[in-house]
Amino acid sequence: MSEQREIRIEVPVLARVEGEGALELTASGGRIEDLRLRIFEPPRYFEKFLEGRGADEVLDVVARICGICPVAYQMTAVQALEQAFGVEPAPWILDQRRLMYCGEWLQSHALHIHLLALPDFLGFDNAIAMAQKHPEAVRRGLRLQRLGNDLIRLFGGRSVHPVGMRVGGFHRAPDPARAAAVLAELRDALPDAEALVAFTAGLDLPEDDQEFTSVALRHENEYPMYSGRIVSDRGLDLAVHEYPEHFEESHVAHSTALYAHLHGQPYLVGPLARLNLNHDRLSGAARAALAATGLRLPSRNMFHSVIARAVEVHEAVLQAIELLERYRPREPAHDPVTARFGQGHGATEAPRGLLWHRYRLDADGMVRHAQIVPPTSQNQARIEDDLRRSLESFGLHHDDDALRLHGEMVIRNYDPCISCATHFLKVRVRRR
Amino acid sequence: MATTERVLPISALDRFNARAQPRPRIAVHKFSSCDGCQLAFLNAGEALLQLAQRVDLVHFAEAGPVDPEAPVDLAFVEGSISTPEEAERIRRVRANSRYLVSIGACATSGGLQALRNFNADGAVGWTEAIYAQPEFIQSLGSATPVAEHVKVDLELWGCPVNARQVFQALRQLLFGVAPVVDKDKLCVECKRQQHVCVLVAKGEPCMGPVTHTGCGALCPAFGRDCYACFGPAENPNTAALACRFEGLGLVPEAVARRFHFINSHAPSFRAEWLKWQEPE
Repeated sequence: MSEQREIRIEVPVLARVEGEGALELTASGGRIEDLRLRIFEPPRYFEKFLEGRGADEVLDVVARICGICPVAYQMTAVQALEQAFGVEPAPWILDQRRLMYCGEWLQSHALHIHLLALPDFLGFDNAIAMAQKHPEAVRRGLRLQRLGNDLIRLFGGRSVHPVGMRVGGFHRAPDPARAAAVLAELRDALPDAEALVAFTAGLDLPEDDQEFTSVALRHENEYPMYSGRIVSDRGLDLAVHEYPEHFEESHVAHSTALYAHLHGQPYLVGPLARLNLNHDRLSGAARAALAATGLRLPSRNMFHSVIARAVEVHEAVLQAIELLERYRPREPAHDPVTARFGQGHGATEAPRGLLWHRYRLDADGMVRHAQIVPPTSQNQARIEDDLRRSLESFGLHHDDDALRLHGEMVIRNYDPCISCATHFLKVRVRRR
Repeated sequence: MATTERVLPISALDRFNARAQPRPRIAVHKFSSCDGCQLAFLNAGEALLQLAQRVDLVHFAEAGPVDPEAPVDLAFVEGSISTPEEAERIRRVRANSRYLVSIGACATSGGLQALRNFNADGAVGWTEAIYAQPEFIQSLGSATPVAEHVKVDLELWGCPVNARQVFQALRQLLFGVAPVVDKDKLCVECKRQQHVCVLVAKGEPCMGPVTHTGCGALCPAFGRDCYACFGPAENPNTAALACRFEGLGLVPEAVARRFHFINSHAPSFRAEWLKWQEPE
């Protein structure tokens, strides 16, 4: 019997990256004929606002692309601008940047794991309801999130749109007494972070292996965050400036987010891709905690993303402790920079995955052209691919609520953006 | 027109306090924005859980509950109005809310994306420059503050607003008190914290003298010039400050850019930017 059943899953309220969107699928005889994740993010034209702005203004503009990961945007831009100006930042500056970036990983990952993903796995509508039954799990998340915010504040004054970075370094080096206080907090949080890895690995996660290509940065000896080459598990190994020769952005009718493809194919960026490609670069303690879970890498199960995020929380706490233990203030906290004509590229690992920037500057160092490729547009084709496969293997005979919930869980694995990752899919079924 | 009015209309407060149910119903809505202002709630930690015990959070997509059409006592609105759908939706939010608070630069002044409002051919040219198929893009030519579309009872400025601002307003409203918004200029807070004056001592084009207080004087604390992310203060003397910037050696185009940034659509900043525009 070939029943044609049109399933419409709508997204009435969405956040920054997805804005407003819907999932539409047409199925027949248990197979999906057509599937589209429609995205209607109101365009905000950031690349155009940047034209005619000076280098330091760029950092204040790009932070505002995302309230959840402003540091990632500032880090990637500053890297590109310094390259254009021929500045090689001192090791002290690179250390402090990694330290500040650890704060954003902690904040963003802790929020996603506890407030967004966990209600799915523990059977609640949202974290506020979950807090009644699992107060300790929610409080652990809030503690780690606050710690991440404290670390960002140390360098930027506030955790959303921080003000401390400048081209060449920082406006001010953190006060040693405040740095020591954050170090003490981080040491106290280490048991929380370690327990989180085992806790996520103990969740009842769906089994759903798929084929996909992982893409992430790879650094000579660090777990990738601030810098590295762009690699994949299919042998890709590029310098940052070679990205446009292999990755292509395109525009489709049903989305305002641009789609990125690698050699014409979807690919994955984000915590699971990073861990698949870089688990040998974790610190000793993080590697031991991961080994104790028995998780085998590389993993082909997107639901392991929540474990990968927990491993990265642990790694961020460990790295931040190590960097803060050898912290000494420096005066001035920045190197001299002379604006000039040029072009620069930047690539860093935002909590959600690879973030790529390119700037062309005129003789006064003002932006002539800017291009920004955020992680979510890189994951969009992969999300559609994943939805198609996982909804089929889950079984289209399930009722609408079950399909909606499963679709939401699949999308949440990518942490596309915070409010789009909460309960947003509406299912409407029309039978013809 | 965008309002710089921050005084609370008492009639609106009366309506808020005349609510039938003892447990206030609260919604947090998102329009065109970066989500950063909603983080004032989500970064509040324990305070968020306490809030959830005292009120019904009926719609707050980031935190979980989704019911955008539900009637509420108090609605917080983040983001500017930049699509035809948003222009429609904000009217429904207003109709469903006894008391409406706009939070953050996007909602109060249009925010950074209001820079599109000054583009010669509107946003059309930009859409064509960025998107391969501009006909797929639904967008208004402008990004405007909530108060240009519906009546707003209280505005909380800032890019981003912080938890202190939001929870202070919330607490005062829940206790039936008219929210008080500090109207000082940034300089007052900066002096109180005894930072070295960035404008006088370092000769940098600091926007502190015309900027609304509320951030905690963060930039001067970091030794850098304020870039006015909290918007124009009450009665700002933008003309005098702009002349001072020129005296510091800024070319007219650079003076103009100081006002043409996070809150470019706010009337006093918009007017000063226009004066310093290079003649075509």
